[in-house]
Amino acid sequence: MKLGGETVYRKTLHGVRVPHRKNTAGDKPEKMPIPAFVTIPMSMHIGAAAKPIVNVGDEVKVGQLIAEAGGFVSSPVYSGVSGKVKKLDDMLMSGGQFVPAITIETDGLQTMSESIEPPKVESLQEFLDAVRASGVVGLGGAGFPTAVKLTVKDLSAIEAVIINGAECEPYITSDTRTMLDDKQLVWEGIELLKKYMQVKRIIIGIEDNKPECISTYKKLCVSGGGVEVKALPAMYPQGGEKVLIFHTIGRIVPEGKLPLDVGAIVINCTTLAAVAKYIKTGIPLVEKCITVDGSAVKNPKNVIAPIGTPIKDVFDFCGGFKSEPKKVLYGGPMMGLAVPNLDAPILKNTNAILAFNEKDAVIPAETACIKCGRCVSHCPLNLAPTDIETAFKLKKPEDLDVLKVNLCMECGCCAYVCPANRPLVQINKLAKAMLRDYQNAQKAATEMLKKKEEAKKEEKK
Amino acid sequence: MSNMTVSISPHIKDNTSTTKIMRDVLIALVPALIASFLVFGARALLITAVCVAFAVAGEWGFEKIVKKPSTIGDLSAVVTGVLLAYNLPVGIPLWQAAFGSLVAIVVVKGLFGGLGQNFANPAITARIILLIAFSSTMTTWVIPGATDAVSSATPLAILKGMEGGGTLPTITNMLLGVRGGCLGETSAIALLLGGAYLLIRRVISWHTPVAFIGTVFLFTFLLKGDVNYSVYEMLSGGLIIGAFFMATDYSTTPSTDWGRVIFGLGCGLITVLIRVWGNYPEGVSFSILLMNILTPYISKATRKKPLGGVKI
Repeated sequence: MKLGGETVYRKTLHGVRVPHRKNTAGDKPEKMPIPAFVTIPMSMHIGAAAKPIVNVGDEVKVGQLIAEAGGFVSSPVYSGVSGKVKKLDDMLMSGGQFVPAITIETDGLQTMSESIEPPKVESLQEFLDAVRASGVVGLGGAGFPTAVKLTVKDLSAIEAVIINGAECEPYITSDTRTMLDDKQLVWEGIELLKKYMQVKRIIIGIEDNKPECISTYKKLCVSGGGVEVKALPAMYPQGGEKVLIFHTIGRIVPEGKLPLDVGAIVINCTTLAAVAKYIKTGIPLVEKCITVDGSAVKNPKNVIAPIGTPIKDVFDFCGGFKSEPKKVLYGGPMMGLAVPNLDAPILKNTNAILAFNEKDAVIPAETACIKCGRCVSHCPLNLAPTDIETAFKLKKPEDLDVLKVNLCMECGCCAYVCPANRPLVQINKLAKAMLRDYQNAQKAATEMLKKKEEAKKEEKK
Repeated sequence: MSNMTVSISPHIKDNTSTTKIMRDVLIALVPALIASFLVFGARALLITAVCVAFAVAGEWGFEKIVKKPSTIGDLSAVVTGVLLAYNLPVGIPLWQAAFGSLVAIVVVKGLFGGLGQNFANPAITARIILLIAFSSTMTTWVIPGATDAVSSATPLAILKGMEGGGTLPTITNMLLGVRGGCLGETSAIALLLGGAYLLIRRVISWHTPVAFIGTVFLFTFLLKGDVNYSVYEMLSGGLIIGAFFMATDYSTTPSTDWGRVIFGLGCGLITVLIRVWGNYPEGVSFSILLMNILTPYISKATRKKPLGGVKI
């Protein structure tokens, strides 16, 4: 069949069957007590950092704007606590970069800001403005500002909006809880998309290990309503944007293009609920439902915590640790980011924090590649990690270009199945950087050549 | 709290390992070992033991000399030793078997960079070197069940009408392995049992064995038009052990499904060409070695197109 300009003979993309470990799926989230301090970084999204508009010593209230968006691709930041601004300085993020952060000493009163009122939304522009003002970014993990994603030049280009409820990472159940506990908000979000974005077809994609979510939404769908539920096999990385697009509308997003170029917008279910909540109540994104789990956690559960809460306080709320945590993650075990200490705050796009004991933190020893081809046969995008590794080690960026390492979404299937425990995701990340440098250098060289030739022509004249 | 591990994702792994894969291969080779003991007697076990011992010791010693960490724990040397033993006649002098093991491990595997780096199958290459160096002991076959070592012809030699020919064993004996041949290659049933185990455990894929054995069957059928003849061709020589255990070796064969089909096809064609027109009665070893050489090209040609990738 011809799809997205490319012939694909398969109905499903490759992946891996990871253990589900959805231990907390049945637990309604508990609201944790307000921590003594919150530290809110200005960069919890893709794009320019937000600009603080409060000073040390200022009083802030819940829902008060504390930082403005730093550009078009950016997002404003609100306080989730009431209290006093204690510090304004740079903090080290887990990604290794320093970003400005606002530290607020809480007063425990949780006084609501007077500015909170539902925004007036009657047109597409007002809808997009509201999304922008809500501070909502991609809550599935990517953190891409939602307003930017929804800013579409030609609405007719949208053939389908796909609501991502796959939640394919092990342990994480915060999306599941949002889908069940806030189904009203999710559904209102769907209505908003239909009304203002004129979306004709909305597909809610949910992995089939969440039958309760599937049946809940199937009941809400009426015929002719334009909303459908698609039960997807529980195969990691089902929730990856490109994977989800292929498994719902059967299209391949070409290299260098956006989902919109194949008529799709993918939006996470929790993201949509947060947008709907702001438009309904005027309360921006100031708290998150987080799954707290892992072998070192005493009482795994879902917790609602203000953004900026140190993860240590969240773990304490869950009864602390059974054994010393040797590895702590933001997000799930397949793509999550390991944090160096427990002071790291809850971010907008944090959907889980996991703590593992010594046994689970052991990094297995790397052995020689036996060329078994498992990494190749499990890659959802048909990449060849073993060949990428060879090309990277031989420092051949031109080979990396042919192998399309730039398409890699770092889902980790290759490293998951590797019997030799090779750090294939790490190599892919480094190989991507090598390819980028090479392409930039090439571009610069061709431009210089062009300039020289032009200069020569000028001289001849 | 500075003692927390910070590492790149993924933070969990499935439970495969190189050692577990090699252990599965060894388990799959057990039925053939039992069969060879029943067919050829205790000497079959002795030869296997010598080959394994020298393969493991060779790897250990080689890695000591070149100052590499020892990898004998991954069991790959054991697999090479067993496979080489299965490709030797039961009457071979022990020192020749030991020499073959050292050639396989040190020359074919170690000198090319160790596990995963060798381009040729160590056991196959060692067998071919032994066949050329010691052609008389390597082609002296023993009639199974005979109390004294009486030289006999293999079914392939009989099929080819070579000198010293006799009558063909029955199909039942071919399946059970009561025929002249190398010690681990004769019992089709034992080998198929092991092959099935590897397929079920997903250690190997079906592509190469099916393409390899299928090609031999079809090609010989096209040549003679006799199903009976083709069945004998299929059960003779080292075809089944080659197709399931040697042509599926990871590092020396393609890693793509289509590559594996092409590899099996090529092996089948070369095997029949040698069996029918060549000087040797058997061509499985040569065919696998020749296709090993083509492996990098087959892998490259059959590499899957990255999804969404724009051609450059």
